Amino acid sequence: MDILHALIVLANFIIVPAIAYGSQLALGALGITLVVGVLRFSNFAHGETMAFGTMIVILMTWLFTAMGLSIYPLPTALLALPFGIIGCIAIVLLTDKFVYKFYRKAKSTPVVLVMASLGVTFIMNGLIRFIIGPGDQRFADGARFIIKARDFKTITGFKEGLAIKVTQSITLVTAIIVVAALFWFLNKTRTGKSMRAYSDNEDLALLSGINPERVVMITWIIVAILATIAGTLYGLDKTFKPFTYFQLLLPMFAAAVVGGLGSPVGAIVGGFVIAFSEISFTYAYKKVFTYILPTDWAPTSLVQLLSTDYKFAVSFSILVLVLLFRPTGLFKGQST
Amino acid sequence: MNYRNISLFGMIFVFLIIVGFSQSWNVAFGLLNLCLLSAIMALGVNIQWGYAGLFSIGTVGFVALGGVAAVVTSMPPVEEAWRTGGPGILTALLTATVTIIAASQIWKRVPAGILRNILMIVVLVGGFFLFRAMLDPAAAIIEKINPAGEGYLGGLGLPVLFSWLVGGLFAAGAAWVIGKISLGLRADYLAIATLGIAEIIIAVIKNEDWLTRGVKNVIGIPRPTAYEVDLQQSETFIKNVNWLGMEVIEASSLYVKFSYGILFVIVLAIILWMSEKALNSPWGRMMRAIRDNEEAAEAMGKDVTKRHLQVFILGSAVCGIAGAMMTSLDGLLTPQSYQPLRFTFLIWVMVIVGGSGNNWGAVLGGFLLWFFWVEVEPIGHWILSILTSGMAEGSSLKEHLLDSAAHMRLITMGAILLLTLRFAPKGLIPEK
Repeated sequence: MDILHALIVLANFIIVPAIAYGSQLALGALGITLVVGVLRFSNFAHGETMAFGTMIVILMTWLFTAMGLSIYPLPTALLALPFGIIGCIAIVLLTDKFVYKFYRKAKSTPVVLVMASLGVTFIMNGLIRFIIGPGDQRFADGARFIIKARDFKTITGFKEGLAIKVTQSITLVTAIIVVAALFWFLNKTRTGKSMRAYSDNEDLALLSGINPERVVMITWIIVAILATIAGTLYGLDKTFKPFTYFQLLLPMFAAAVVGGLGSPVGAIVGGFVIAFSEISFTYAYKKVFTYILPTDWAPTSLVQLLSTDYKFAVSFSILVLVLLFRPTGLFKGQST
Repeated sequence: MNYRNISLFGMIFVFLIIVGFSQSWNVAFGLLNLCLLSAIMALGVNIQWGYAGLFSIGTVGFVALGGVAAVVTSMPPVEEAWRTGGPGILTALLTATVTIIAASQIWKRVPAGILRNILMIVVLVGGFFLFRAMLDPAAAIIEKINPAGEGYLGGLGLPVLFSWLVGGLFAAGAAWVIGKISLGLRADYLAIATLGIAEIIIAVIKNEDWLTRGVKNVIGIPRPTAYEVDLQQSETFIKNVNWLGMEVIEASSLYVKFSYGILFVIVLAIILWMSEKALNSPWGRMMRAIRDNEEAAEAMGKDVTKRHLQVFILGSAVCGIAGAMMTSLDGLLTPQSYQPLRFTFLIWVMVIVGGSGNNWGAVLGGFLLWFFWVEVEPIGHWILSILTSGMAEGSSLKEHLLDSAAHMRLITMGAILLLTLRFAPKGLIPEK
């Protein structure tokens, strides 16, 4: 019985949040990994791309709420999502046209592209702060919980509650749909195949008549879609704050590197690895141990491996371990 | 140095003199001091990027480590904290060091395989728990001692000038660890790893109250110069000021800023001289050869990874020195002020605009961009107030736009970087 209680505590505080966070990271890391695969540089503006798409979603959500539109119990943001995606695609294609295209044509080294992406990061970040401000925005409306902790207790009779938020389940369902659609696209359609061919071997792909500019454009469109969805889901689940999205870069890159840069499957696995480690290393296990240990062994401290302020340290350590032991990542991405 | 470069530098001094006459000499000297610091940081980044083409975006972390060095070396020790918690902290740090050494020895000596992996995990996990078991109680004791004013270990009470060197050493140590891990892999791994280490360093400074008092800030870091209060009571100083016909209070703060300025100029001159010597030596030529064509340099028998590590450590050390100098100029350590935008990105823009690969260019970029950085906000506000002058008073859009002027900095700096990178990638003073 006590073991069961301990498991419920774990599920409530680690497994459910980590699945949601992991899906968000996975979608973010997929965007990063696609840019690395096709455009061959690490896009430091990815966090900002997410924030930009999410910002448009938020603005449209406000507009819809003002108009009285709602899809209760789902959050209105889902209705605004397509607009966010369109806005994000527009800005991403514009940056490609005015910034990255030049370096691609000039065959610059990846480092120059990375640096340009840093410049893009700051312009986008400035724009976002300019439009929506640097503060926190909550835009999740609709029902909040599928199961409340208290209801769970009364229904099951357990002493511990298990709460599942609507946003968490939306995150998981959306992530599954998006990932399935992406893999269908990459593996079954002609365009998707040409993208993979281009990513595997640029010269051969060019020789077989693939139009590189088209591949690049489609990649950016997919990246914008993924980024907006990931950003909106993250914002719904937590809150939207421009600086937080910049800080998401580290866990997302860690996820992409763990999975192997350039490998879509790797990015998804990496996202969950990072999310589960981050949450389980920073969770205070006192309650769990109180249940499973004999009463007089119960811990007096929090039994927390690291304080939550060090969650970056977790993604960073994982990143370092991967770089040291397996620079190609779990799924053999590009390494050099 | 040709006439063009001299006139570029001259232009900045004209700006400063204009500020001196139009606003006040105090403002002008304050600006000059930060220009000098920015120039040193820019030299540090230039060593990494300009000489060797290393893309490190963790400058803010190294600068912050310099700030910690200023506290740890120069603050007076808190006797009680050292007596009660000191041994615990020291044993904890010793444990951490021993763990890391043990792990790296296992990595080197035990043949690869399951045995090595198990040993590594046992040593690292065991070491971590031992470290926490010793650190936590000691930290708790220290943080309870007079939390309003102390609640930390204090420092070693050494002269603050010495801490500038220590700042360099701290940054060099961190750079060595990061470099060891990420150099030799694909180029952007260094960027990701430095981004991460910077976030962690800042998280440590914000949260480890026993070391840096965290967000409670450390104030009253000793100065290498005189204090205004002492000057205002010194008779010789008052006599001299009266002879010059200045006000005592203004003159005293001017005197302090001026003495900092002289110290900073000396440090900048030393670092600049050494950088110039290094760049024009066989070592500098080898670095540039490696940067321009790694394969060719490797084929000539150069150990690229080792050279990269060397130059990465040197550049980070320079940033650490500048960080310690900045903290001793402010006289306080405020962890929240370490923003990546201000200490990583701005410095990068300085190097790119000034001319990467050229030390004088980096110095020029440091001066120019700092000046610009300070002025962008008022200029942005001015532009927006002109643009919005046609709008109705009190309209919410107008207010929103005027409030957002502060974010103009981000956009302008990003735009400057992109434009320079695209249209003048060599910068104002190109590499020879």
